[in-house]
Amino acid sequence: MQRLKKFGKNLYDNQIWLFMVLPGFVWLIVMKYIPMFGQVMAFKDFRFHPDGFFASVYHSDWVGFENFRFLFGTNDAYIITRNTVLYNLVFIVLGLILAVAVAIILSELTKQKLAKIYQTGMLFPHFLSWVVVSYFVFAFLSVDRGLFNSVLEMFNMDPVSWYNEPGYWPYFLVAISQWKGVGFGSIVYLAAIVGIDRAYYEAAMIDGASKWQQIWRITIPMIMPLIIILTILNIGSIFSADFGLFYQIPRDSGPLYPVTNVIDTYVYRGLMTMGDIGMSTAAGLYQATVGFILILLTNYIVRKIDEDNALF
Amino acid sequence: MDIPPKAAESAKLNKTLPLRKKKKYNPYGFSGKTSVMMHILLGSFAFLCIFPFIYVIIISLSSEQSLSMYGYRLIPEAWSLEAYQYLWQVRSQIFRAYGVTLFVTIVGTIISVSVIALYAYAISRKQFLYRKQFTFIAFFTMLFSGGMVPFYIVMTQFLGLKNSIWALILPMTVNAFYIIIMRTFFQRSVPEAILESARIDGAGEFRIFLTIVLPLAVPGIATIALFNTLAYWNDWFNALLFIDNPSLVPLQSLLMRIENNLDFIRQNAMLSSQNGSILASIPQDSARMAMVVIATLPIALSYPFFQKYFVKGLTIGSVKE
Repeated sequence: MQRLKKFGKNLYDNQIWLFMVLPGFVWLIVMKYIPMFGQVMAFKDFRFHPDGFFASVYHSDWVGFENFRFLFGTNDAYIITRNTVLYNLVFIVLGLILAVAVAIILSELTKQKLAKIYQTGMLFPHFLSWVVVSYFVFAFLSVDRGLFNSVLEMFNMDPVSWYNEPGYWPYFLVAISQWKGVGFGSIVYLAAIVGIDRAYYEAAMIDGASKWQQIWRITIPMIMPLIIILTILNIGSIFSADFGLFYQIPRDSGPLYPVTNVIDTYVYRGLMTMGDIGMSTAAGLYQATVGFILILLTNYIVRKIDEDNALF
Repeated sequence: MDIPPKAAESAKLNKTLPLRKKKKYNPYGFSGKTSVMMHILLGSFAFLCIFPFIYVIIISLSSEQSLSMYGYRLIPEAWSLEAYQYLWQVRSQIFRAYGVTLFVTIVGTIISVSVIALYAYAISRKQFLYRKQFTFIAFFTMLFSGGMVPFYIVMTQFLGLKNSIWALILPMTVNAFYIIIMRTFFQRSVPEAILESARIDGAGEFRIFLTIVLPLAVPGIATIALFNTLAYWNDWFNALLFIDNPSLVPLQSLLMRIENNLDFIRQNAMLSSQNGSILASIPQDSARMAMVVIATLPIALSYPFFQKYFVKGLTIGSVKE
């Protein structure tokens, strides 16, 4: 009773703050936490109930791990996991190398006015939606009108039906994702490099260090903490793919599914085209759980190496 | 005469030293051949980044006939404005989509910034007894997600937002990442001492927030607003999930719907302007690319101006306390 009274008084004392967090709190509960609770649908045979969401969840029958058994019984689970993880790995590694390289070059260019122009150009793709980018790509890859086939024709080669040939797409997707992301990715690194004390470089110059040595011995070690924390964050989300890239760019082309289907597109198609709610939820829960474990794990590792860089 | 290596070194240094004064943060950049190479390298990549847009503009200005005969040429056989003329004739759906996008972007950004700023400010203050709990409530959503399917069912079944304009606004209102960034920003840029003196003067917390904190937090808030504006403008995913009603289709979603043919734009135009003289042959390809240009141009023209704030905003607050 005493504690309840104290709790009541605390609430009263903090009413102004509680009032401030209220809209955000309600949003988080409705849009994030109720769907988290909704993940139990993965263990149920979902049936819509006229009384709304909670009634639907409540009245659906428990089926245990049936949905998961079905999901992992097919080859799909393997393919979407492989695609998601492999693409993301390539994106992380290549994205890191390119972003850091571009940032270093930008910072070392002697004509900073030109460097600003380059940066503006490289940032452009970031501001576009995947829908627009998919049109850009189509202008190159269209079978009868695209630039690629015109060039092939010029060299008397047979046109390629790009949207039906899965073999090329891993390269396309990697290239497009980097095209869109490098300018943006380099911003943070560039800011960090610009922030490095120039005295280090001056000292290195006096000791006769070459540009190359300065980059390896000063620039990269100085931005290492940033590299580590951003890479960790990326590894933590290695299980979630960029839906737009994998859905819009291949134009939902069936023959390309083996190399373009990722967990996110699989869940979407399961929900919207097949209407298999149980299995889609199971795939989503599988994704969320593994992602969660990965974040905890990577954060734990960073804590061991260097506590200052850990996320929490 | 032999120059001792040290002296040669310092002579070289002296040559490069005057450069330092001109450059802001770049006393010794690449030199000579490397510099030229790097300029070519980055310059061509930067060009590659904007080239597809130029290409699409060219296609949109090509005559449909030359497109069907020669494909998408970099220099078309015949230039033509017919694509834009055609879009002007069927403009009702396009204006409608522009209106939806503008509304969603403006209203969405205002709501989003208000909710995020209030939440972030409260959890940034030490006086708030439950700040740790509420920080965790926001932070945890970054670690574990509810997944697309439960989210879809909550939106449609629990909130009943299928085919509602709010389905385009609410899903992107709060972002835990922005809350954490803003919290860090408030902690750094709003000193407790100022607030303390305002409290002594008898100002309430809300008045302090509106009159003292907000003006101090303008850079942070502008950043979040900018990110939100872009996210809302470019959003097609929520329309894909929740919108079937043609009058609620935003611009990006309109682009998706005309991917295979222009029927989606035409339907409405036919109904609304029966006596309008629709072109004899519809410039399918060039009109679609013209649509892309119309949807992208506002961003392409404005981003060089807000880029500075965007870049600044990215480095404004780190996740950690």
